[in-house]
Amino acid sequence: MADELVQLLSPEGQRVDHPDYECSLDDTAILGLYRDMVIVRRICNEATALQRQGQLALWAPVQGQEAAQIGSGRALAPGDFVFPSYREHGVAWTRGIPPADMLRIFRATETGGWDPQRYHCNLPTIVLGDQVPHAVGYAMGIQRDGAEEAAMVFFGDGASSQGDVMESFVWAASFMAPVVFVLQNNQWAISEPTSLQTKIPLYRRADGFGFPGVRVDGNDVLAVYEVSRRALERAREGGGPTLIEAYTYRMGAHTTSDDPTRYRVDAEVEVWRHRDPIERVKALLAREHAVRSSTFEEVAAEAEAIAQALRADVLAMDAPPATDMFDDVYAEPHPWTEAGRAEVLAFAEEAR
Amino acid sequence: MATTTMTMARALNEGMRRAMERDPKVLLMGEDIGKLGGVFRVTDGLQKDFGDDRVIDAPLAESAIVGTAVGLAMRGYRTAIEIQFDGFVYPAFDQIVSQVAKLHKRSKGVYTMGLVIRLPYQGGIGAVEHHSESPEAYFVHTAGLRVVTPSTPHDAYWMIQESIAHDDPVIFCEPKSRYWDKGEVDLDDPGPGLFDAVVRRPGTDVTVVAYGSMVKTALRAAEAAAAEGTSLEVIDLRGLSPFDTDVMAASLERTGRLLVVQEAPPYASVGSEIVATLTERCFYSLRAPALRVAAYHVPYPASRIEDVFRPSVERVLDGVDRLMEYDQ
Repeated sequence: MADELVQLLSPEGQRVDHPDYECSLDDTAILGLYRDMVIVRRICNEATALQRQGQLALWAPVQGQEAAQIGSGRALAPGDFVFPSYREHGVAWTRGIPPADMLRIFRATETGGWDPQRYHCNLPTIVLGDQVPHAVGYAMGIQRDGAEEAAMVFFGDGASSQGDVMESFVWAASFMAPVVFVLQNNQWAISEPTSLQTKIPLYRRADGFGFPGVRVDGNDVLAVYEVSRRALERAREGGGPTLIEAYTYRMGAHTTSDDPTRYRVDAEVEVWRHRDPIERVKALLAREHAVRSSTFEEVAAEAEAIAQALRADVLAMDAPPATDMFDDVYAEPHPWTEAGRAEVLAFAEEAR
Repeated sequence: MATTTMTMARALNEGMRRAMERDPKVLLMGEDIGKLGGVFRVTDGLQKDFGDDRVIDAPLAESAIVGTAVGLAMRGYRTAIEIQFDGFVYPAFDQIVSQVAKLHKRSKGVYTMGLVIRLPYQGGIGAVEHHSESPEAYFVHTAGLRVVTPSTPHDAYWMIQESIAHDDPVIFCEPKSRYWDKGEVDLDDPGPGLFDAVVRRPGTDVTVVAYGSMVKTALRAAEAAAAEGTSLEVIDLRGLSPFDTDVMAASLERTGRLLVVQEAPPYASVGSEIVATLTERCFYSLRAPALRVAAYHVPYPASRIEDVFRPSVERVLDGVDRLMEYDQ
C-alpha cells in the first residue's frame, strides 16, 4: 500500500517527499487547515452529544475523516460546485455552510438544510451514489457554458459498488467532464469491510474507465489538498475526470444507530488512532513553524464557542408548521397537493 | 390559421425543434437519438441541426441519463430525455422518484427540475418482451412529478413544448402505437392547457374516459355504439397527474355512467383513481357503478396474444352494455 499512497506528512508529523506532489502551503495556510479540522471534529462531537440527548434523530460522525474532507474542500475554488453524500460535514464547513444548517436534516425539521446555489454545495444525498451522476451532469453544464469551473463529488467505499457510480465513470470519461470523484475509503460500509466491495484497490478502477486514479493518504491533509488541487485544475483546464481515493478510517460508528463493536476489533481502531489527521498537523506546526501552545488553545476555544452556539441554535430549531410539507413540492400548484393542504388547514381549524 | 397534416412522431420532432429554437438551454438526451434519430425516428435530423452538444447520444445507462439531466438542471438546463422503451425506464426509477421528484422540495424551490422524460409506452405493435408496457401509474403515484400523454399529433406538438417549458418534471408518455397516425396540427393555437381533458366526441349515455392509445379505441367503440343507439361521450384525459376532474365530472353529471379505458392493468391504476375521485364527487349523479376496462394483472403477454390483453372495441362495448343494464 505504502508505495502507491500519496503522503506528504507522516503520522508522526514528519514531512515526506513525493516524486509528483509537493506541499504548496505556507504555515498560515496549514494552521488554517488545522483550525478547520479541530472545529469540524468539535462540531461532530457536539452533534453526537445532541443525538444522545434526544435532540437529533440521527447523526453520521465524521471523526477520522477530517483531513480527507478539509483537504479536498479547501482545494475548491468558490465557483466550483460540490456534491456531498451524508457524512461530508467537513466539506460543508469549507463551503461556509452554518453548522446549524448541517444539522437540520438530522434534527428532521427539514429534508434539505441550506440553499445549495448560495454555497455551491448540493444538499446531502442519502441514497448511495445518487449524487454522482448529478455531479457529472453539472460538469456537462459547465462544459456547455464554457466556464472554468469544476464539480467535485463525494462518495464512499460502500457506494463505489453502486451502478450509478460506475455509470458516472463511463459518462465522465466519454464526455471528458470536468469532475473530480472523491472516494473516501473509510474501510467500513456499516458492517461490511471494503474487501467485500472490491478485490483491487479502489483507485485502480479508474484505469478501466480511462482516466487517472490516485490513492492519497486520507488522513494527511497536506497530501489530500495537493492531490485535489491538481485534479481540480486538470478538470477546469479540460483534462477530464480524476478519481481520488482518500484512504482513511471511520473512527466512530456509521451513525448513532450503529454498534461497531459487533463487527470490528479495537486493535484495528487503535492502529488508526495513531494515524490521526489532526495530531500530525499539530506536531508539524509545533516543530517546524514554532506554533505555540497558546495558539492551539485559542483554536480549541474557538471550536468550543462554535459548538456551544451550535447547541443553542439546534435547541431553538422547532418543527416547521405542518403545512410546510405542501410547500415547494411543485413549482406551480398541483391540485392534489393543494387538496392535502386544504384538508390539513380545515382539520386544524375544526380542532381549535 | 396555419394547419398542416403530420404524424405524431413528426409532430413531436417539430415540437422539440421549436422548443430548442426558443430556448438555448433546452437539450435532448437519449440512446441513439443523434445520427439514428431515435429508434422511432422522433428526433430525426435534430442533432444535425443543433449539434451534438445539444442533442446528446447517451451511453447506454438509463439511471445516468436521468441523473446527469438532474445535474444539468441544477445548472439551468432543460433536458428532454428519451427513454428508448417503457420497459427500460426502471433502471432510472431511483433517480426519478428519489431525486427528480424531490429536489425542488428539498431545496425549498431553489432547484428547478424542469426536465422531461419521454417514454414511448403502451403496446399494440407486436413487439417483443419489455417493449409494450404501461408504467404510468408508478409516476402518477409519486408526488413531485407530473404525467401527461397526448393522443393526437396536434397535442403531441404542443404538449411536448409546454412540458419542456414547465418548471416541474414531466413524465411524457407517448403512445407508440399511434406514432404513425396522421392528424391536423394547428401551428398557431395550442388549444387546451397541458393538463386539461378534452371531449373528443360528445354523447349522452356513457362517459368514456381514455388516454393515449385508448382514445382511438374509445372513439371506434363510440361509432359502433351509436349504430346500436347508445351515445358515448369520449374524453381524452391528456393529463394524468394532475388529471382534469372538472371535465370528467361535468360529463358524468349528465350521463350518470362512467367507463375508464386504459391499457394498464386495473389494480391501483390511473383508472382506479379516476373511479374513486369521481364516485366521491358525483355520487348522486351515478346511475351505475363506475367501471374500468383495462388490461389484466399479468406481465405484458407475448404480443401474439396482446389483443386479448389490451382493451378492444368489443371489450369497451361490453363495458358499455354492463353499465346500461343497471337501468333495466
